[in-house]
Amino acid sequence: MIDVSGLRKRFGPTVALDGMTFTVAPGTVTGFVGPNGAGKSTTIRVILGLDAPDEGHALIGGKPYARLPHPLHHVGALVDAAALQPGRTGRNHLLWLAHSQGMSAGHVDTAIELVGLGRAARRKAGGYSLGMRQRLGIAAAMLGDPPVIIMDEPFNGMDPEGIIWMRGLLRSLAAEGRAVLVSSHLMGELQGIADHVVVVGRGRVLANARVEDLVARASDDQVRLRTSAPDDAAAVLHRAGTAATVADAYTVTVSGTPAQRVVEVLGRAGVPFSEVTAHRATLEEVYLRLTGGEAEYQAGTPHQEARR
Amino acid sequence: MTTTEAPRPAIRPERESFRPVLRAEWTKFRTIRGRLIGLGIAVVLCTTFTFLVANGTHEGTCTGTGSTCQSGHPYVATGPDGEAVADSYQFVGQPLTGNATITVRVRSLTGVTSANSTDTAPSLAHTRPSLAAWAKAGILLRPSTAQGSPYAAVMATGAHGVRFQYDYTHDQAGRPGTVSVASPRWLRLTRTGDTLTGYDSADGTAWTKIGTAHLAGLPSTVQVGLFVTSPVSFEGSGSGFATQATAAFDHVSQGARGAQGTWREQSIGVQDFYPKLPGGGYHRTGGSFVLRGSGDIAPAVVEGLLGTATPSSSVLTGLIVGLIAIIVVAAMFITVEYRRGMIRTTFAATPRRHRVLAAKAVVVGGVAFVVGTLAAAVAVPIGEHVLKANGAYVFPAGASTMVRIIAGTGALVAVTAIAVLAVGTIVRKSAGAVTAGIVVFVLPYIVGSSMSGGAEQWLFRLTPAAGFSVLGALPRSAQVDYPYTLANGYYPLSWWAGLAVLCAYAALALGVAAVTLRRRDA
Repeated sequence: MIDVSGLRKRFGPTVALDGMTFTVAPGTVTGFVGPNGAGKSTTIRVILGLDAPDEGHALIGGKPYARLPHPLHHVGALVDAAALQPGRTGRNHLLWLAHSQGMSAGHVDTAIELVGLGRAARRKAGGYSLGMRQRLGIAAAMLGDPPVIIMDEPFNGMDPEGIIWMRGLLRSLAAEGRAVLVSSHLMGELQGIADHVVVVGRGRVLANARVEDLVARASDDQVRLRTSAPDDAAAVLHRAGTAATVADAYTVTVSGTPAQRVVEVLGRAGVPFSEVTAHRATLEEVYLRLTGGEAEYQAGTPHQEARR
Repeated sequence: MTTTEAPRPAIRPERESFRPVLRAEWTKFRTIRGRLIGLGIAVVLCTTFTFLVANGTHEGTCTGTGSTCQSGHPYVATGPDGEAVADSYQFVGQPLTGNATITVRVRSLTGVTSANSTDTAPSLAHTRPSLAAWAKAGILLRPSTAQGSPYAAVMATGAHGVRFQYDYTHDQAGRPGTVSVASPRWLRLTRTGDTLTGYDSADGTAWTKIGTAHLAGLPSTVQVGLFVTSPVSFEGSGSGFATQATAAFDHVSQGARGAQGTWREQSIGVQDFYPKLPGGGYHRTGGSFVLRGSGDIAPAVVEGLLGTATPSSSVLTGLIVGLIAIIVVAAMFITVEYRRGMIRTTFAATPRRHRVLAAKAVVVGGVAFVVGTLAAAVAVPIGEHVLKANGAYVFPAGASTMVRIIAGTGALVAVTAIAVLAVGTIVRKSAGAVTAGIVVFVLPYIVGSSMSGGAEQWLFRLTPAAGFSVLGALPRSAQVDYPYTLANGYYPLSWWAGLAVLCAYAALALGVAAVTLRRRDA
């Protein structure tokens, strides 16, 4: 449904997009992850026809966004939930959007109900919490009942209850057969909801795979060993031709060797150990490994992706 | 909710695509309460300032007879079309019934000009020989000598040759050249029903038709006779000088009956506003008539005498204040979207950005037109009423002129609002757009109206200040010599030309805005 191909874009000396290519299929939630400055928002703006790429193209159902008649019927997007005029009520915000697509006020009330904005919809948006703004933004995205949903950092500023609701909503949207693209700079937010992840850094795709495959690949038979003599254990394992590193005073990590074999080697050498566990990588670890050299900001977790 | 891959049948995008955008922009506009309050305040401010300005205007008009300016003003006649007219002259005539032909020879036309301007009492003792260009002497026919009544006349003039004129505003040229004993002028006026025709001749035998007038409802018996008048002369200076003309006539013939009736002499308009030299009169020696007179039969323009008050003259300050309020509203209609990032939502909903600009222009232009027209419709009559109550002479404006002033104010405000919207689209920042709007669309007016020396004429021709010409309501006439300058209250351009200049600026701004919208990332 979304077909991004070979996007390149520079902002002055900064390369924002450097051959960005991926697709989003109907009926899936595709996570779009990468550190801040990786080009996620720029890609989304190009998909929505807001920014023009220097090269490449982004198509929705085979057409450039700008050629879609009444585009909100084809693509619903939440780009910046704070992009509201504070003096206007949430409902009136949705109303002008509906009018721009030739829709009536009835659709507005349906969308308000869908996101659970309720009576707050008749209050001025300036008084909304960030979570309420996110809900209003999602109502705007759902207004035209579109087959493609794009959300840029939808979890930002949401309370735990909202995050749970959001995850459920994204899953159900995909279950209805829609193509859902969700960007995040925190991989953990996507664990359990994304079927597919596109990991990006410096304007390029670093990994593009099913979540299962990605995690399995990163786990690569790691075994975690709990012992009171980590140095001895590591030495013994090395002698047996096994890659082992001392993680801390009680832990040794072993890779490329099944847990069974580790137990045998240690037992023969008489090194004491209390626990051997086969380790399965989290999506977060996969992500960190992939983007370790790519992040522009390694420390901290800034909330807003730097624009331009 | 269901998944829909194809556009729904209910959507017919290509044909209807502008209306939803327009409706969306209107919804956006009306759902910000502060904006509506701001527009209301603009109307109130405009009206309030108009009242204050009018209420502070106390000077009446100078009478030109030596008295200083004071409240109240002398009588100004009103012509058949409701316009202000000068109608004062020396006349010798008699009633005439039925169709007739009147012929006369003008043997000489000479004049004097007062050495003192109309601010001081004119005196025949202080004059120099000089004939006013529009001094008039000839045959006058009218239903009555009441000032402002219809007429037709054929006349010799000081410098404009022979003319056929009727009802103050109509003028046709005959034989050129000046009158002298060596080169007299023969004039003829014929009446057939309500049709009057003027002729002239160099020798009294070969006649040339100059023009024809139809004075509807002309009674069977009319006043007909000889007249002389001579208008205030400005001769390039700001102040006027009263003049007097003396004409000698002979070979007076009045149809078959001849000029043997009882001639009655009248000085018309002695007490009106028009400055005259004293000593007008008439004497007759056999078939020769000599008339001496001062005044004019023509549209009344400001002439340095009547003041520059019009129904719209008090509106300016209020209009400037209201216009600034509209500029703020118009600029922020788009800059607020840039500030909040909402412009992306707008362009995602309508990727054809020039349509958004067009829709915004229609909405803000329409609103500004309504607000401007409403403000003018309230403020103009209030200003006019207060000015009159204060004793100022207010030039009468016909219904069509009033409609033009009021709707023209709406158009001025609307076009300015659209142009400022375009500026806001280009600069994207509220403060910058409002500043630019005021500098480009208000400042030239303020600068121009406080300047003198001629450059301001160009400001009102070339800058957006030209748009203020829609307020111009002072009468001007090709038959009255007067410096029609900005300093005297006259805009250099006509209202439609001024509005066209402003429209050109708006079109330019819209064009640049459309190009930047297309080229720029949102």
